[in-house]
Amino acid sequence: MQFGIFTVGDVTPDPTTGRTPTEHERIRDTITIARKAEEVGLDVFATGEHHNPPFVPSAPTTTLAYIAAVTERLLLSTSTTLITTTDPVRIAEDYATLQHLSDGRVDLMLGRGNTGPVYPWFGKDIRDGVPLAVENYALLRRLWREEVVDWEGRFRTPLQGFTATPRPLDGVPPFVWHGSIRTPEIAEQAAYYGDGFFANHIFWPASHTRQMVALYRRRFEHYGHGSADQAIVGLGGQVFMRHNSQDAVREFRPYFDNAPVYGHGPSLEDFTSQTPLTVGSPQQVIERTLGFREYVGDYQRQLFLMDHAGLPLKTVLEQLDLLGEEVVPVLRREFAARKPVHVPDAPTHATLRAAREHAAPSLDELGARAVAAER
Amino acid sequence: MTRHVVVVSAGLGVPSSTRLLADRLAAATEASLAALGESVATRIVELRPLAHPLADHLLTGFPAGDLVEAVAAIRRADAVIAVTPVFSASYSGLFKSFFDVLEPGTLAGTPVLLAATAGTARHSLALEHALRPLFAYHRALTVPTAVFAASEDFGSAADGRLADRVARAAGELADLVAGRPLGPEDPDPDGLDDLDEPEPFETLLGR
Repeated sequence: MQFGIFTVGDVTPDPTTGRTPTEHERIRDTITIARKAEEVGLDVFATGEHHNPPFVPSAPTTTLAYIAAVTERLLLSTSTTLITTTDPVRIAEDYATLQHLSDGRVDLMLGRGNTGPVYPWFGKDIRDGVPLAVENYALLRRLWREEVVDWEGRFRTPLQGFTATPRPLDGVPPFVWHGSIRTPEIAEQAAYYGDGFFANHIFWPASHTRQMVALYRRRFEHYGHGSADQAIVGLGGQVFMRHNSQDAVREFRPYFDNAPVYGHGPSLEDFTSQTPLTVGSPQQVIERTLGFREYVGDYQRQLFLMDHAGLPLKTVLEQLDLLGEEVVPVLRREFAARKPVHVPDAPTHATLRAAREHAAPSLDELGARAVAAER
Repeated sequence: MTRHVVVVSAGLGVPSSTRLLADRLAAATEASLAALGESVATRIVELRPLAHPLADHLLTGFPAGDLVEAVAAIRRADAVIAVTPVFSASYSGLFKSFFDVLEPGTLAGTPVLLAATAGTARHSLALEHALRPLFAYHRALTVPTAVFAASEDFGSAADGRLADRVARAAGELADLVAGRPLGPEDPDPDGLDDLDEPEPFETLLGR
């Protein structure tokens, strides 16, 4: 099982000091946090993508390429890549380049984005969110899998004889997760292609996650990719820890009370019971996290949100120490002990390359060859 | 088979004239439905105790606590009686917040009786220029008679008596409800069961 962190990339004032980091500080801190994630033994670092203040990560592959250069093992991912408003040609090129620079340490999570004006800023309409995700991803897959693409669709200028460069590393496209809170079509999309499904699982009741993962698993099996319990599931999570749980509550409360998204609303106590947020000791985080599998089954990736709401860098790094040293080793052991052998791990570049070398050509490849033969 | 009538009262005072009007409308509706041979289960949803969950819902995007059950009751309702005090020439913010957090379609086709209270009769058209459009947006089936009660109406026996308007509106609501075939019970009013099968992906791809 993979463990890691995902960042929204918000620039939020620290409510205890009133100080707001500069964009420069926030971007540099993101690098420090990613390096720390590798140092404490986490597997994955994922960055959000936003095109409006108060967020800084508008150019995720630039940041991820920098992180790739200063890390060795860390898997780089996104949370999420906007498949609706980003040209799939750019996604194909950017992430293939990142694959080469990072020696394959890349996957990505696609999302639609829920900020209304971002759509018109990029020439789109939020009411087309699902059709954009469907069409753009279908094109993205072809760009990565077919050398020469002829294509025509609703949302983008047609392509004739287009080749996305560079080609994916070793001819193996990055593994793709589809992220959603409550849109069944996205679970269906992930299931149709046999891709991963990532349930946001923060800020919302666990019942949404349970319903969406159950649907994805059922449809994954329907489309013949394996049994439902072999589907590739990732979950978000949000924690704040101190050795003494009362210290954690006391320290986190002002950040919680003033946080973007849920601040000034429910109490910390109500929100921890209504959503998967856990504020307490490492042991409490371990128990709560192990409980996730009771409603999603055995899953492959757990990412935690650790650096939002104005938490200072020093605190975030302390949280990562606790996560890497005290929580994740126990979770690794306990999740592994519970997982049946027929449930696979999340695909990586290495496993996808090995599968490609040993398996018969995929339908995509046969199709591409047939097209090439006709020419 | 029982008809479920849900009465939403946004009164803030205790006692509340809004609740008083709501209770009279509920009783008159029960009587009218009974006269048409229907059995009735009436449920009162007071919004005052839901004020904090409603504010939380506006901020977090999901219902919690007693609000979950209140929203589920609306989803199950065969008829709704919606009563608000008039604040600043319109429905109260609390009343609007409750109808703001309903998922689209929750009230579609549901017969709704509109009512309001205020200190003077000069606010009576708030029912027509504020409440009725709100429920038109929700695609609810509002009854023609909306009932307005000014403070003075509770002590008047003159023309256009409150009791007559209450009886007429309740009769209109009962006629709409009693004339309708019983729909299937919503098997999952809380929305917590497994999701239905989605549209097959090939269909989405083909658009």
